[in-house]
Amino acid sequence: MSSTTDNANTSPEVMLQFYRMLYPFKSVFTWLNHEHVPTKLFTHREFAFTLQGDVYLRYHSFTTAEDLKKQVLALNPSRFEIGPVYSGRPRDKKSIHPSAFTPQKRELVFDIDMTDYDGVRTCCSAADICSRCWGFIAAAVKVLHSSLVDQFGFRHLLWVYSGRRGIHLWISDPQAMDLTDDQRRALVSALTVVEGGKEMVKKVNVRTANKLPPSLWGALDILRVLFSPLILDDQDCFGPQDGWEMLLQLVPDRSIVEKLRTEWLKDPGRPSVQKWKDLRTLCPEKQRHALEDIILQYTYPRLDAEVSKHRNHLLKAPFCVHPKTGRVCVPVDPENIDRFDPRSVPTVGQLLRELDVAGEGADWEKTSLKPYVEMLDKHTMALMEEVRKEKRAKYNDGGW
Amino acid sequence: MFRNRERTQPGVKQSKRSGPATSTPTTESYPFRLNFYDTPPRHEVTLEDFETCALDRLRVLAEIESSFARNRSWEELKTVTDAQCKKYLPLNSNTALTVNLEEQRRNDHIGHFVLRLAFCRSEELRRRFVKAETTLFRVRYDADSPTDRSAFLERQRFDWEKAIPDERDRFAKELTALEKPVTSDSKNWSTEYHKVPWIRVPDLVAKRRVFLSGGYAYVSSHEVSSFVFNEFERKLQLALEYTAKMLPRLDEDTRLIPILNNLSQGFLAGVPSDWVNPSATGDEIRADMVDGLARKHFPMCMRNMQECLVRDRHLKHFGRLQYGLFLKVLGLSIDEAIAFWKKSLSTIADDRFNKEYRYNIRHSYGLEGKRANYPAKSCQQILTSDKPGVGDCHGCPYRHFSPENLQTGLLAVYSSQGLTANDLHEVMRTVKEGHYHVACTRVFEITHASRGVKKGEGIGGGDSVVHPNQYAARSIELEKSQREDAMAVES
Repeated sequence: MSSTTDNANTSPEVMLQFYRMLYPFKSVFTWLNHEHVPTKLFTHREFAFTLQGDVYLRYHSFTTAEDLKKQVLALNPSRFEIGPVYSGRPRDKKSIHPSAFTPQKRELVFDIDMTDYDGVRTCCSAADICSRCWGFIAAAVKVLHSSLVDQFGFRHLLWVYSGRRGIHLWISDPQAMDLTDDQRRALVSALTVVEGGKEMVKKVNVRTANKLPPSLWGALDILRVLFSPLILDDQDCFGPQDGWEMLLQLVPDRSIVEKLRTEWLKDPGRPSVQKWKDLRTLCPEKQRHALEDIILQYTYPRLDAEVSKHRNHLLKAPFCVHPKTGRVCVPVDPENIDRFDPRSVPTVGQLLRELDVAGEGADWEKTSLKPYVEMLDKHTMALMEEVRKEKRAKYNDGGW
Repeated sequence: MFRNRERTQPGVKQSKRSGPATSTPTTESYPFRLNFYDTPPRHEVTLEDFETCALDRLRVLAEIESSFARNRSWEELKTVTDAQCKKYLPLNSNTALTVNLEEQRRNDHIGHFVLRLAFCRSEELRRRFVKAETTLFRVRYDADSPTDRSAFLERQRFDWEKAIPDERDRFAKELTALEKPVTSDSKNWSTEYHKVPWIRVPDLVAKRRVFLSGGYAYVSSHEVSSFVFNEFERKLQLALEYTAKMLPRLDEDTRLIPILNNLSQGFLAGVPSDWVNPSATGDEIRADMVDGLARKHFPMCMRNMQECLVRDRHLKHFGRLQYGLFLKVLGLSIDEAIAFWKKSLSTIADDRFNKEYRYNIRHSYGLEGKRANYPAKSCQQILTSDKPGVGDCHGCPYRHFSPENLQTGLLAVYSSQGLTANDLHEVMRTVKEGHYHVACTRVFEITHASRGVKKGEGIGGGDSVVHPNQYAARSIELEKSQREDAMAVES
């Protein structure tokens, strides 16, 4: 399998080629900047570089996209991250008084990682991912996207594949950029449903007087549909004994648990679908909420809350290359999330070969990176349109 | 006086520049007990009033701050604050006839604005002042009669809109689901809804107590207080930042600055800093002693982490932070700490340890980055911030374990120190009621019964556990004094 090793090759030479010929600096610049002319959103923005050999450089900032490209080519990092917009230029940090150097604005970001699903996914664990795992991510994207759009009213959401086993979300609405840390924390805790450490068995405790808050109704409707194909058919979560023991621990009625346990012990090969049916028939109407909680515990998005809570958290830039897989962190269309296959995402090796075929002077437009860059550009266009409108409205309000 | 931003409010009469209004007890300039402090006092204030009003208010605020530090419940805090207010800052409602309402409210007004001047100067002071003032406002708001309260709210001009009936009907199902069970008649719409941007009611959003749609929160009239407190906090925060910018331009005649300096120092010293600094016991603790100490003296949270660390040879970030700071305050020096972590994280290769872990350990000792000497986390912090996620071992076991696991855990850990299954019932009952620190204190009493600790004595003098280091230090102290007693008897 020489081609896979070739695809995953992220040696310094390969990376330098990638940055020189392929990385869409211009598109990333306008996406961060919201306008064509550089604003504070770009010039006061922190960039951090991870160099080969895990050297980490923080507090870089740039005046233009070309400036950024020049530095990236000079340092040839294995990846770089984007931070908040500060009150001063991050590169001048040492000469600014600490109280005058505070994070001001920042996209609202989310990070979902497959490792947080290790309790419930049966196909892989830790860093591994297969197409089957993606079902969890797809469910998470659908739920988060709809809550953030319908409830919180955000409109400019960019989903980005993280290169290996997760997905990032960047929300660039002006209102989202302005959120304080407290407001971010409130939003995250409203969206966090699965909680508790290793020692907590029942991780979903969101009810007041046994009623599910209305903000989760939409999520439950989505997940109810996904639960059967994902958890029962594909992952077969209740197949092995430790799997269905975990399920039984979540059933509040002891008598039902005993009944099911003896039954299932007699028939070890009974598939998850049947077991779930058994439980549903035994469960009285009054305890339906326990079943809903189980659906939530197995499928509700598990957020890495720390990333979203603070403005000064750094997150890997889109279109970076994952050093282990060689895959490019490309934008993902939430409408087609089910059809997205992480294994079909272009790798650096593949892209550079396509460049060779295309011949002299070619750039990303001649490679399979094209649709992804165009996706980002389209996203940025809509964002710029709104920013322009808002500016005009403000100008008119100012009244001359 | 110092903010020239003119803000006229219909209905609220500006106090005229007519000198101190002392003689005539009218409620003209202050129609309500509650005050949003939108306008500064515009009358003359004597230097003496300037200082005494501020000092009196400061006493109340300091008491509020120390209530937070002591983990007092909201009810306790209310009683304590009320008592303190009666003493220093009486503020009666409009129904009180025998007191000079005008003067009370004037003093309240002056005190607030003087303290703004004293506490606007640094981020830290501003944050603490806003928190204490907002709490004071909440206490007063809670105590106000409903009629006073709604009259006060009517006069405030909040930028909210009432939800139109059309929207109410559209979201009827969602809105009724959030109502308190008392009102079952959904057609009647006994409650009114206000439509506000969700960022104005973050705490309601966080607890999922409001219905959200398109970025707006529909706040029922029962929950309106949350919006009011948040507005109070937001406005005060903005005003303090503004004052901080204007302060250098204060037309100062060398009389005010010393008073202001004095006040801000009083606030800093006002709160007893329990267990913030390591007590220099003189006994150095070495890396290889940690496991032994853990078995004898650590509270459940730290025992659990020591065991996770031994079992998994790893702790996730917040676990390392909580445990590492605890060990630091316990007396582990930086060199010993590095030795301890290196030994404990035995699966981590040397150069990865040096790259990824050493920095964080040194950082927590104030040797890297911004070089802050971080205090160990108190029970309050452990209970409320950085809740453990999937795969995490930190947090408070009494709160973050499920009851079954907590019982098994407690027995496994403490049965050698005299905890029996019979004691569990009592401990679990307090846990169920949410008194985690009481449960922890009870476990301390049980496991230290052999050292003469009786029930109700707590960790000395009836105090309950508020800090894991306090638990460990007291346990070590008890052992030491017993050993000394034994030696005294022998000799």
